[in-house]
Amino acid sequence: MPTNKDDVYGDHISNSFNDELLALKTRFLKMGGLVETQIESALKALVDSDGYLAEEIRANDRMVDRMEMDIDEEAMLIIARRQPTARDLRLVISVIRMVADLERVGDEAKKIAKFAIKLTEEGQTPQGYGEIRHIGAHVMAMLHDSLDAFARLDSEQALRVMKEDKRVDEEYQAAARTLLTFMMEDARNISRCMSVMWVLRSLERVGDHACNIAENVIFMVKGEDVRHTPMEEAERVVGR
Amino acid sequence: MSTVSSTITNKMQAPDDKAMPVTEDKVMPVTEAKPEQTVLEEGVTVGTPFADDPKFKLRDVEVFYGETQAIKNISLDVARNEVIAFIGPSGCGKSTFLRCLNRMNDSIDSCRIKGSLLLDGQNIYDSKRDVVELRARVGMVFQKPNPFPKSIYDNVAYGPRIHGLANRKSDLDDIVENSLRKAGLWNEVKDRLDAMATGMSGGQQQRLCIARAIAVSPEVVLMDEPCSALDPIATARIEELITEMSESYTIVIVTHSMQQAARVSNRTAYFHMGHLVEVNDTSKVFTTPEHELTESYITGRFG
Repeated sequence: MPTNKDDVYGDHISNSFNDELLALKTRFLKMGGLVETQIESALKALVDSDGYLAEEIRANDRMVDRMEMDIDEEAMLIIARRQPTARDLRLVISVIRMVADLERVGDEAKKIAKFAIKLTEEGQTPQGYGEIRHIGAHVMAMLHDSLDAFARLDSEQALRVMKEDKRVDEEYQAAARTLLTFMMEDARNISRCMSVMWVLRSLERVGDHACNIAENVIFMVKGEDVRHTPMEEAERVVGR
Repeated sequence: MSTVSSTITNKMQAPDDKAMPVTEDKVMPVTEAKPEQTVLEEGVTVGTPFADDPKFKLRDVEVFYGETQAIKNISLDVARNEVIAFIGPSGCGKSTFLRCLNRMNDSIDSCRIKGSLLLDGQNIYDSKRDVVELRARVGMVFQKPNPFPKSIYDNVAYGPRIHGLANRKSDLDDIVENSLRKAGLWNEVKDRLDAMATGMSGGQQQRLCIARAIAVSPEVVLMDEPCSALDPIATARIEELITEMSESYTIVIVTHSMQQAARVSNRTAYFHMGHLVEVNDTSKVFTTPEHELTESYITGRFG
């Protein structure tokens, strides 16, 4: 891992400290990339009724779990060795929090894969897939943007991700109402619509985790905790 | 405060949304550059340098060694019964500034001090002020333990004797015992008070120096890197002692150990090239410092 003197985490006197922080950051982004792929593949497996791909996702989840543990250990070692302060401390603490979010996103991908297998085996008409595609694309963009905001320490982009979360919640509510209509139309749809509902629920959670990551990015950059605060407060912090 | 901002392009690895990024990384430019570089201005300190009803009220302090200006227009209050830590790279002026507080710089001929330095509202540098009395009120502990080559008892009894604080032997005995107890040393030395102080361990010697400083009932204790020559256990004892002492004394501590400043102080003052750059609550300084220079120093980016 080469030291990058231009990186805000790469200009310490101690080069090995630089290496450790940059390695932590890189590993986190790799895990983020893997998790993004997991969600993308899970939706693909569902929409394409691809059981093999769904099985692959479930296997890959072990890799996500492994990465979470590795990154946590690395972060702990940095604290023990370096006693980081200020922005370095905020990076390490944020990464510890954000890997937990990424791991949960990985779990949601695994759940979606499970429903992909179930729905494929049942083999009925793809009701509600439009909603899944729509919300899926939306939360994947949020996840990608939150990781991108982390990579570039872009608090404004993080704020945009936070704002998207409300729209995802609205879309989820609307989709739930549509599925309810299907279920009321024909009771034979209920089992299938429930599965679709669970997938939507998972996707909505992915949006929440992306939002958490975005909040941590704002904390890293601005030094203020914007969790559990109104959006106006987050706007004020980012606007500073 | 004038600022110079610079934009930096940066290469960094980011997740690829198409391929598996575990094996493939995309390089993307960085839009948000490092925080702005700040140019120092004399007499400007960010944070909260002032306090209500301060013990020390220091205004526009400047210190010169001959032609060299070591302290550049610093204003600061030290609150009553607070522990304030002075940190900063070597040569930043923190020790010089500390030594102004009980006129330890008087013995340096080339040293000139300007500005207003008040202890409880009274000028420290008043020509009529008794320096010995001042130093009894504002005690000092140095980097290297410097016990007198006398017995443990005589080291602690020295100050009370010359200041006439004890009329009888039993009074003096009480002062010595109390001071040694407060310094956390009594149990270790009570059976050998007549032993030479120079035969003690470094950590014990430093606690003896603290006992000696508090034997004359000072109001303020200045500490100039009191733990730099001590092992971690002796350091922990002294730090514990500082916390206990803060109930009855005002403590100003210069330290090169940032973890120590973070552990023992209520407020932290960051000095840089003779300027007082930032003063803030210690919890703020070590998590979200206001000034870029403070951040660079405490995170180990220069020093």
